[in-house]
Amino acid sequence: MIKPVYPKGKLVAKTGNEVMAEAMRQIEPDVVAAYPITPATEIVQIFSQFVADGIVKSEYVAVESEHSAMSATIAASAAGARAMTGTASQGLSLMWEMLYIASGLRLPIVMAEVNRAISAPINIHGDQSDTMGARDSGWIQIYSENSQEAYDNMIQAVRIAEAAKLPTMVTTDGFIISHCMEVVETYPDEDVKKFIGEYKPERYLLDTKHPYTLGSIDLQDYYFEHRYQLAEAMRHSKDIISEVAKDFEKTFGRKYDMYEKYMMDDAEIAIVVIGSTAGTAKVVIKELREKGIKAGLIKIRVYRPFPAEMIAKDLAKVKAIAVMDRSDSCSGSYAPVYSDITAALFAAGIFTPKVVNYVYGLGGREINTEHIAAIYDKLAKIASGAEKPFTGIEYVNVRIK
Amino acid sequence: MSAKMIEVRWHGRGGQGAKTAALLFAEAVMATGKYIQAFPEYGPERMGAPVQSFNRVSDDPISIHSGITNPQYVVILDPSLMDCVDVTAGIGKTGKVIVNSMLSAEEIAKQLMVDKSQICVVNASHIALETIGKNIPNTPMLGALVKVIGTLDINEVLEDTKKKLQVKFRHKPEVIEGNLASIKRAYDEVKTHA
Repeated sequence: MIKPVYPKGKLVAKTGNEVMAEAMRQIEPDVVAAYPITPATEIVQIFSQFVADGIVKSEYVAVESEHSAMSATIAASAAGARAMTGTASQGLSLMWEMLYIASGLRLPIVMAEVNRAISAPINIHGDQSDTMGARDSGWIQIYSENSQEAYDNMIQAVRIAEAAKLPTMVTTDGFIISHCMEVVETYPDEDVKKFIGEYKPERYLLDTKHPYTLGSIDLQDYYFEHRYQLAEAMRHSKDIISEVAKDFEKTFGRKYDMYEKYMMDDAEIAIVVIGSTAGTAKVVIKELREKGIKAGLIKIRVYRPFPAEMIAKDLAKVKAIAVMDRSDSCSGSYAPVYSDITAALFAAGIFTPKVVNYVYGLGGREINTEHIAAIYDKLAKIASGAEKPFTGIEYVNVRIK
Repeated sequence: MSAKMIEVRWHGRGGQGAKTAALLFAEAVMATGKYIQAFPEYGPERMGAPVQSFNRVSDDPISIHSGITNPQYVVILDPSLMDCVDVTAGIGKTGKVIVNSMLSAEEIAKQLMVDKSQICVVNASHIALETIGKNIPNTPMLGALVKVIGTLDINEVLEDTKKKLQVKFRHKPEVIEGNLASIKRAYDEVKTHA
C-alpha cells in the first residue's frame, strides 16, 4: 500500500508537466512570462489557467517569443519580483543571449525546462542536448529522474536561486517524464510557502529610495572581476544547494544531494547518468546484485555547479565506469558529462578506474534494461581485464554503417 | 521488470480516448493502493490514426522509464486495427488480448493467429451505446481490463472513477451514471477463457 512520506502529504497521479505547474502554483511567483513549446507547453498552459481562474495572484505575460519570455522574466526579476518561466529545446535556444544576461546580472530566476532534442532534423522527443548546451551559461542546473523529483526540485530551486543569486533551471526528460503519469506526493500549500519563504531582494530597481545601476557597460576595468564573482558564486552555491536539501529533508522527509549514490558502497563497476535513465538502470542493478555482480550507479542531480571533488572520491575505488551522455557535443572528442567526470578524476589524482563514454537516447531513441545490462556486461569485462576499455564514444542503439 | 509488475498496451485510433483510458485506469488503480504509470506513444496526432498508450502497475515503486515491449495485457478499442497494426507484438504465449468486438474469441484468435485462451472479447461499443448513448468504448474497456487482470478491486475502481467524473461532470449526473454502468457491464460481460 502506498503511503505519503510527509504526514500531511497527498498522493496524486500526475504527469511531470502537471507537477511542475502545481509547484509553480504553490510557489505563486509575482511574474511568469512564457511562450509555449512542446513538450513543455502544458506547464505554462496549466499555470496560465491558474492565473485566469484567479487561483494565483501572479502576473502572467504571454509574450511573442522565448527571447522575449526570458527578457521579460529578467526585467521582472531586476524590478524586484519573484519571476519564473518555462521552456524546452528550440525555446531555450532562442533565449540564448538572455540566459547569460540573467546570470551576469545575478537574477534568481527559476525556469522549468523539459529536455528535448535540438533541430535539425526536427524532433520533439527527449534528449539533453538543449540544456547541455546551456551548461556554461552561469545557470544552476538541476535534473530530475521522475515527477516526484521534478516537484521537489522546483520547490528547492526557489530557495537555492535566491540564496545563491543565480538563475536556476529544473529539468525533466521530455515525454518520458513530462508526459508520464506517476504517483507523486504533493505537500500542503502553506507548508510549501513556508519552506520557500518570502522573497526579499537585497536591492531592486523599483526601490526608488535606493536607486542603483544594473547592466551598465563594464570594460577592461571591472568586467573580469564581475565574471570572477559569478564563477565564485557558482562554486559557493554547492554549499547552498546542500543546505537547502538538508532543510528539505528535515521538513518533507525526502533526501536529496548533489548526486545520488545507488549501491555504490562496494561497487566494482558503475554507470554515471543523468535523468530518467537512472531509474531504468536501478532495475538492472537489482538484477545484477542478485547474481552477485557488484554494480552501482551515480545519478547526477546537480550538473551545474558540478560536484567534481565529491564525485571523484566516490568513484575512486570503482574498477570500470561508463559515463552515459544523452547529448553529443560534436566536439570531436567526448561528450560533456564524460569530460567533466574524467577531469574530476584526473584533478583528484585518481587514475585507476577505466572510464568509457556512451552516448544514448538522442531524439528520444529507446534506452531499456537490455541496453543498460549490455553496458554493465562490457564494464565487467573491462574490470576483469578480459577486454580493453575502448577509446572514443560508443553509441547505444543506433544504426551505424 | 519484476515478476509482480503488470504492463498494459492500449490500441486505439486518434480521438477514441486510448490515452484517456490509460490515464483513467492508472488513477483508478492508484486508488486501490498501487503504484502506477500511464504514458502515451506520441506519433502523428490525427483523428483516426492508430495510436497506443501504456500502463504499468506494481505494489512497489516503479523506477523503470523505458517503453513497454512485452505487455501481459493488450486492449484493443477498435477491432479494425487488427487488420493494420501488429497488436499481438511481444505478448508471447501467455499475454491476453482484450478486444472490443461482436465476434467470438475463436474467430479473433484465428485472425490474430494466437491461442483462443489468450483472447477476451467484450462488445464495448454496444455497451457504450446503451449506457452512455455514444460509441465511446474506452470506459467500458477499463472494466473489462480490471476483470481480466483479476487482482484489482472493481468496487474501488468504480468508487474512484465516480469521484473523478463527479468533478468533471458536475452538471451532467446522467453522464456519470452512464459511464459507471458501462464499466460495470463490461466487467460482467467480458468473456474470458480460463
